[in-house]
Formats: sequence, structure tokens, C-alpha cells
Amino acid sequence: MAKSGSSVVVVGGGVTGLSAAWWLARSGVEVTVLEKGIVGFEASGRNGGGCTHYQSPLFHEEQRLWPQMDELLGYPTEHRSGRIVFQVDERKANFHEGLAMRIPAGYAWEVLDGKQVRERVPLAGDNAISGVQLHFGGHANPQRTSQAYAWAAQDHGARIRQHVAVRGFEMAGGRVSAVETSQGRFGCDALVIAAGPQTGQLAAMLGHHLPMAPARAEMIVTEPLPLMPMGGVDGHGLYGRQTLRGNLAYGGGPHEWYDDIALESPPPRPSGSVLRGLAKRVAELLPRAAHARVIRSWAGVIENTPDGRPVIERLSSPDNVTLATMSSVGFGLSPASGHAIRDLVVDGVCSFADLSKLSLARFAELSPDWRRELNWLPPETAAASQGASR
Amino acid sequence: MKLTLPAPDRFSIAGKTATPDERAEIVVIGAGPAGCAAAIEAAKAGAQVVLIDENPVAPGLIGMDVPLQYGGRATPAVQTPERLVERVLEANPALGEAFELGVDVRLSTYAWGAWVNGPGLRGLATGIIGLADETRSWTLGFDRLILATGARDLNLSFAGSDQPGVMGAQALHALIARYGAFAGRRLAILGTGSLALDAAELALAHGLEVAALVEAREAGVGDPARLAALAAQGVEIIAGHVPLAAEGGPDGVTGLVLANIAAPERHRHIDCDTVCLAIGAVPVIELFDVLGAKRTLVTERGGHVPVVGADGGTSLAEVFAAGDCTGLGSDAVEAGGAAARAALRSLGRPAEAELPRLVPPGPDALAYQLDWARALLSTGGPEVLACICEDVTRGELLAVQPPRYLGWSSNAIARRDLGTLAEDGPLDQDQIKRLTRACMGACQARRCREQVALMMALGAGVPAQSIPLAGYRAPVRPLPLSVLADADEPAAMAENWNVWFGIVTQWISYDDIGTEREAEQLRAGMPY
Ligand SMILES: Cc1cc2nc3c(=O)[nH]c(=O)nc-3n(C[C@H](O)[C@H](O)[C@H](O)COP(=O)(O)OP(=O)(O)OC[C@H]3O[C@@H](n4cnc5c(N)ncnc54)[C@H](O)[C@@H]3O)c2cc1C
Ligand SMILES: Cc1cc2nc3c(=O)[nH]c(=O)nc-3n(C[C@H](O)[C@H](O)[C@H](O)COP(=O)(O)OP(=O)(O)OC[C@H]3O[C@@H](n4cnc5c(N)ncnc54)[C@H](O)[C@@H]3O)c2cc1C
Repeated sequence: MAKSGSSVVVVGGGVTGLSAAWWLARSGVEVTVLEKGIVGFEASGRNGGGCTHYQSPLFHEEQRLWPQMDELLGYPTEHRSGRIVFQVDERKANFHEGLAMRIPAGYAWEVLDGKQVRERVPLAGDNAISGVQLHFGGHANPQRTSQAYAWAAQDHGARIRQHVAVRGFEMAGGRVSAVETSQGRFGCDALVIAAGPQTGQLAAMLGHHLPMAPARAEMIVTEPLPLMPMGGVDGHGLYGRQTLRGNLAYGGGPHEWYDDIALESPPPRPSGSVLRGLAKRVAELLPRAAHARVIRSWAGVIENTPDGRPVIERLSSPDNVTLATMSSVGFGLSPASGHAIRDLVVDGVCSFADLSKLSLARFAELSPDWRRELNWLPPETAAASQGASR
Repeated sequence: MKLTLPAPDRFSIAGKTATPDERAEIVVIGAGPAGCAAAIEAAKAGAQVVLIDENPVAPGLIGMDVPLQYGGRATPAVQTPERLVERVLEANPALGEAFELGVDVRLSTYAWGAWVNGPGLRGLATGIIGLADETRSWTLGFDRLILATGARDLNLSFAGSDQPGVMGAQALHALIARYGAFAGRRLAILGTGSLALDAAELALAHGLEVAALVEAREAGVGDPARLAALAAQGVEIIAGHVPLAAEGGPDGVTGLVLANIAAPERHRHIDCDTVCLAIGAVPVIELFDVLGAKRTLVTERGGHVPVVGADGGTSLAEVFAAGDCTGLGSDAVEAGGAAARAALRSLGRPAEAELPRLVPPGPDALAYQLDWARALLSTGGPEVLACICEDVTRGELLAVQPPRYLGWSSNAIARRDLGTLAEDGPLDQDQIKRLTRACMGACQARRCREQVALMMALGAGVPAQSIPLAGYRAPVRPLPLSVLADADEPAAMAENWNVWFGIVTQWISYDDIGTEREAEQLRAGMPY
């Protein structure tokens, strides 16, 4: 319903909000992104860069858009097409059978034996037993992509306001008329809330229950190695890629649930506690890279809804608000999620995919005790080591 | 719409953190004067103490300028670190004393990470250090941790400074005094502050030639008496100049060309085989940052330092600190003793609360470094590398250009630079790092972190103090995957390792939601 000339405020400068802003700005909508920190500094700039989400209703649009993104944005995303996933553990030798149930028709992929894996992945070793090569999907550089959305949105007239924390909303006539922030009030005709793990807290201020739990996940990165023909290589309990510079960047393994995180300050992101488990698996997956030096680790904080599925919804009340959380797989889908949000804001309905099954309504009957029931709880701190901060 | 929920989570970190391989009451990291004093004091009080130090450092790291900027001027003696151990012990009698007192001394051992329970990290049974040697890694639990990690070199680059022969003053001290393994003969030293004077005196005392001390400011900044004494020994003090280029041959530096800052077309030439950077030293705060200890910028103590009380206590109850890592200029031995006593008291052991003397503030290190950086930029221009590992020039940094290997150019990106970025909010070094790759390299930004921040301040015309520190993260030493790999992972980790959250419902195709195919996939579980 937001027409050209009307103004949309997007809360959250992660890939979801930034892509939405870019799509809106391209449609001639006046849009302002409010980001409490720096664009792409949370999960959006800290992820594995995977762009292969065949479970999603946005999948076809994800696949259609990525190969064009550099050109559409005018800035590099480092997107590369295709993926190889392979295994080194006998118990997972037939993992492609599980994939066969899931990959939609019309997308080409092939099963590889160990030898074929070694031919295509020079860093793989004798332990490679089976793999698949997907002739779709791919990966991109999350940090470059986040900034690319922000810059491209600006090039279309969007305003990106960093270091502006949203803390409340002003209502008028049953609609949100302004956003209250650490830097004053921003009037709006329509509002998009794409604040990652904080989306639930902000939705609650509008009387909506969007259940979510934040968690921390980690990745490690090595020094650069000679480029493999394909960078999008993972498996063995890892996700990640070889960057175009040659670094191996991989994540996977245990996450740590948080109780909650602050609305206005950055979440804590300590890293390194899963580093040795990651190093072990990267060395097992790519034995010819076992000598590579690990030069950094990092952690990102991610959103998850109870069923792990997104919510992308234009609310009926207040009816000028669109909520979007991607439930921990939002980077790859961002070209498409932004498009969907743009459609919801401007036209009230997504033009290219049915999103009805992702409605908030599905959580109406959710037990209030869901986090305990799902065991989505922070580890208990051992009494002996309560490290009281002074 | 019916809600399908996944099974209870068994893939989170809860219950998967292994008990540390070893345990100690007090762990001290760093066996310089501060760390040795701390270990000795703690051992005398009867505490069980482990003292960790990375020296002698493995040749591979020395070649990468980790932890100090050795600049390819180590003799072949560093190729056999085991043979240097004796030399290291000889140079540091306090280590022997610690050993005599029953301190468990571990040399050639890297502390690559340290964690205590805190925001975002719960569930540790104890504080943990990640340790490694050349072949394996392991964990050490502690009741109290004393960090005495010293200072490292500050690098400011100029043309040709990425060749052997350009090194740091800390590395010079390490190679001469600790290893007896310095390969240079004739030095030009950059800077005239106390660090430069120390370096010059050290070199002369070891029979080396010091051709000159070079100073960007208009006159020497250090103690006039010491400067005069050096001049009397034939060391030229050349003020108002900065290096324009290091000349070199197959063995690295053969000379240094200086530019007169006031008249940059006027050059001077110095014959030397080594250029020693002694403009500043950087407190080694990596582990404080990994631990999540509070830090602050104290320019008269050398830069970013942990917030430390007079007794050496940090913002974390179980972590103490002493020596150069808390800020330059303290009496390391006194501070080490005080930190140990504070740690002992916090453990309920009797120890006097005898505090070290107050440290008088030193000169404003940041202002001095900025003067150098400004002069180097104005004389050397934009082509000089700001980040060696990632091959990023000053010009590319200031223009916020994507790395050259992407082969990317567009009008849109040409319009972007530090200035346009600054319009969107205060500049952040981590953001610049992600965009230009400056500071992303294998040296873990030891050679470029400070100069990139200085260049950013100059390029955007903002105060150097306003650039936030680019954070440090584990592993704080670049160690191989095979070394860091957990060879003896707990079963709970191995059995319940998932590629992502292991939320089965997350991966079911949208079209299948609410159909029989959904049930089928739920039964089959995660594909991988
Ligand atoms: C280690 C890791 C690996 C991952 N791997 C992949 C992968 O390979 N592929 C993939 O598709 N996904 C991956 N993800 C998930 C993906 O990163 C996220 O789903 C995605 O980035 C979410 O984007 P977002 O914009 O919705 O949220 P975020 O990136 O969290 O952005 C939300 C923004 O809102 C801001 N904000 C919050 N509250 C406020 C407020 N009150 N006022 C103003 N601003 C506010 C935050 O500061 C933040 O910048 C991974 C995540 C992590 C952490
Ligand atoms: C040019 C020059 C001349 C000097 N001349 C003198 C002199 O004449 N007399 C004198 O007494 N001192 C001299 N010094 C030494 C200097 O004064 C002392 O180093 C200083 O007092 C600081 O001591 P410290 O214990 O804080 O740190 P340091 O002596 O720097 O010790 C810190 C130690 O911790 C180790 N370390 C850091 N991080 C890790 C990690 N993660 N894992 C394992 N190990 C780690 C370091 O490698 C180092 O060995 C000189 C130094 C220089 C640069």
C-alpha cells in the first residue's frame, strides 16, 4: 500500500532489512534503514555464505537472482555457482539418498564416488568416500554482500542510518506512525521489522507473539591456500567455502543458546570454544590442507523460531507492518526475502511465492514453556566457576 | 496451520565442553620480567603455578613475523629452537629461579586462547587456556590467570619495507638478548624516544654499528643526555626525516633513503643492512580481548590496554595482569609481584596488599605515531603497502577498494571511499578490514593493525582516538589445523555434532509442509 513518495522505515541493517530496503528503493519508495550498529555486523556478516536453500518457498527466486546480483547491485558479492558436498565417514556414505527426497525437480545434480571427489576437490584425500555435486546453489561473501546491499540501496536514494537503536513505536489510527529511537523519532507510512534475533522483542511491542530464541554459532578461517576449481565445498558436519582469496572458512557443530539479548546493544559473541572441533573436521574433510594455519575464529548470534522456519508476514493489525525473520538461514535467501518484503509492503502480497504456511498464526497454540520443552536452553554454569564480573 | 516441532535439541554446546586436560591453581602467561616475578611470588606463597611462554618460538612463526617483527634478520640458530632453550634460560635468570621454586615452566608453548564464563559463554567448569606446541593442542584449567604477555612491535611501512632487514625493536631485543641470534651488522633506527634509545644502546653494547636514529619530528624526542651520548659514539640523529624507501638486494636491505619532510624532493642515504622500527611498541592484549576483559585507550601508556586496578586485577574476577601488556612504562617486576599477591588474596591465601609505585604517564604515543604516519603518507604516497599479507596499498585502503584479485571496477564503487563511508557513521576498522581485506592476513594483523587505523584517521580526517580497535580473536597464534584439531574429543561432542542446529523441521521443503511427505522426511531425519 505504500506508494511512491511514501516512506518506509526498515528496522535492522542485516541482509534481510538491507535487501528489502534495496528492493523498495528500486521501486521508487522512500526508505530509511535504522541499524543500531554497523550494517551487516551481526549474523549477516558472520555466516558461511551458503546460497542453496531448496527447502524454502523463496528457493527459485534465490537461484534466479544470485547469478545477477553483482550486476544488479553494482558492487561485488563474490557469488560463485555450484556446490560439492562430500563425506569421509562410512556412516554417511549414502547421504545422497536423503538429498534425493528434498531437491526439487528441475535442478541438476550428480552423485560422486571418492575418486571423482578427489578429482574435483584437490584438497580432499584418500578418505573421501562419496559426494554430490550440485549444479545450482552457490556461495557468496557475506560481508561484501551486506555492504553491497547498503550501498546499492543508497544509490537508489535509500537512507542508511547506523548507530540508531529502535526502542519503541508510536501508533496513530491503528497503524504505526513513527519509530522511537536512541536518536529521536522517525515518522513512517509503513514499517518493516527485520531485526534478526531482536525481531521478536520488537513484535511484542506491537502486541504480537513471535517466539524466537537467540543462539551463538562459530566459524574458523585459515590462511589462504591455492584456489580449488570450486570454492563451494563442504560436508562432514561442516558448512563453508574456500574464499576467492583462498582461505578456508568453515563452521558447524554446537551452538550456544542465549537467554535473551539486549534490544539496543550488540550481543556478546565470544568465539573459540568450538575451534578445536572445527579444526579437526576441516583437517579430516580436506587432509591436504591439514597444514594450513588457522588465523581467526568468529561467532555470530542467530535467530531461531521453534520450528526453524521463517516468518515473512504483513500483519493485519497494525496493517502497515511487515515482520521478517529467516530463522537462521537468511543469508542465501536474502535476494529473495528482500523481494518478498518489498512485495508485501507495496502490494500486500508476495508476487512470486506462497508464504502462507510461514504465518505467525502457526504459533498460536505454542506452549509457553517451549524453550524448555525443545531443550533450547543455555548451558548451566557450574557453581564452582561463577566468574563474577567486578 | 498446524505447528510441527522438532525433537528436543541435543546438538547445543550444553554438556559438550570437555574437562580441561590439565589443571593449575595459578597460570601465568608470559615469562618476561613481569610473568617470572608473578610466578616466583605465587610459588613462594605455596601456590601451584604453571608458567607458559612461547619462546623459543618455532622457525615457521619467526618467518611469518609472529609474535614479533623479526624481519628476516634471525640467524640460522632459530631453526633449532630446542638448542636455543639453554640460551633463553641463561638470558633470564628469573626463569631458573621459578623452576627452582617448583613452578611448572613450559617453554615453546603457545597460549592461543583463554575463556572464562561470561556473557555468551556459560557452562565452563573452570577458566580454560588453549595451549599448543608444534605438534598438538590441549587445554589447561585455572583458578586464577595472570597475563604478562608484554608488548610487540609497531610497524609503519614504506617502500621496500616488506623485504628482509626491516624489523621491530622488540624483535631486535628478542634476537639479541634472548636468542643471541641477530644476523644484522649495521642498523638505522626509526624513532628517538626511549624505545629507540634502548634499541640503539642495546645494539652498541653488542658490538653492532648504529648508523643513525631517524626522527619525523623536528628534533629528537627522547632524553637529551642519552641522545647526546649516542651522538658522541658516532650515531647520527637525523630529525625532520622519514624513510622514503629501503634499498635491497638478494639478502634484503642494503640501505635506506630518507626524505626531508619539509622538502620531500631532498633525500639522504644511509648504508645499513637493518632498519629497526622503534617508533612505538604495542601492548599485547589479544588474550584479554578473547576473554572479554574490559579495555580502554591510554595513549600515554602505548595504546589499547586492559582496564587494570593498581593491584593488577582486571574486569574479570579470575584474571590479573602485569607488565607491558597493561601499558608501557611500568616496573614489570614490581607489577608482577603485585598481581600475584592480588591473585593469591583472591584465592583466600594470605598475601600483603603491597601495591607498586604509580607509573608516571609517558608521552602521547598515538600523537607521535600519527606524526610519523602523516609524514610517511605525505612523502611516500598511496602506492606503499598498508597491509603486506593481503597486498593492500594505502591508496586502496583510503579508497575502500575491493581486493585487486576480484578484478572489480564500477562507477558505483569508484564513488565510495573512506569519506563517504564516514558519512554513514563513525569509521570502524573491522568494517574496513572486511571491505578491503587490510588486516585479514596470516600475520593476524600484527604488521598492519596500528598503521591501518592511523591511515584511516588521516584519510578521513578524524581523530586517531575515534577509530575503534579491530578486535582480537582466538587462535591468537596462527597454528595449523592439524595442531589445533582436538585429537581426543569428548564422545558427547562426536556423537552430537550437527552441521547446523539439527532442527529437522527447518529442512523440509515448503511444499511438503503439512503433507505425508513431511512425515516421511521427519522419520528419515537430517540428510547430512
Ligand atoms: C556462523 C553463522 C553461519 C551461518 N551460515 C549461513 C549460511 O551459510 N547461509 C545462510 O543463508 N545463512 C547462514 N547463517 C544465518 C544468516 O546469517 C542469518 O539468518 C541472516 O544473516 C539473518 O539476517 P537478518 O538481516 O535477518 O538478521 P541480522 O543479520 O541479525 O540483522 C539484524 C540487524 O538488526 C539490528 N537490530 C536489532 N535490534 C535492533 C534495534 N532495536 N534497532 C536497530 N537495529 C536493530 C542488528 O544490529 C542487526 O544488524 C549463518 C549464521 C551464522 C551466525
Ligand atoms: C630494545 C629493548 C631493549 C631492552 N633492554 C632491556 C634491558 O636493558 N634490561 C631489561 O631488563 N629489559 C630490557 N628490555 C625488555 C623490556 O624492558 C621488558 O620486556 C619489559 O620490562 C616488559 O616485560 P614484560 O614481562 O611485561 O614483557 P615481555 O618481556 O615482553 O614478556 C612477555 C612474554 O610473553 C610471551 N607471550 C605473549 N603472549 C603469549 C602467548 N599467547 N603465549 C605464550 N607466550 C606469550 C612473549 O613471547 C614474551 O616472552 C628491553 C626491551 C627492548 C624492546
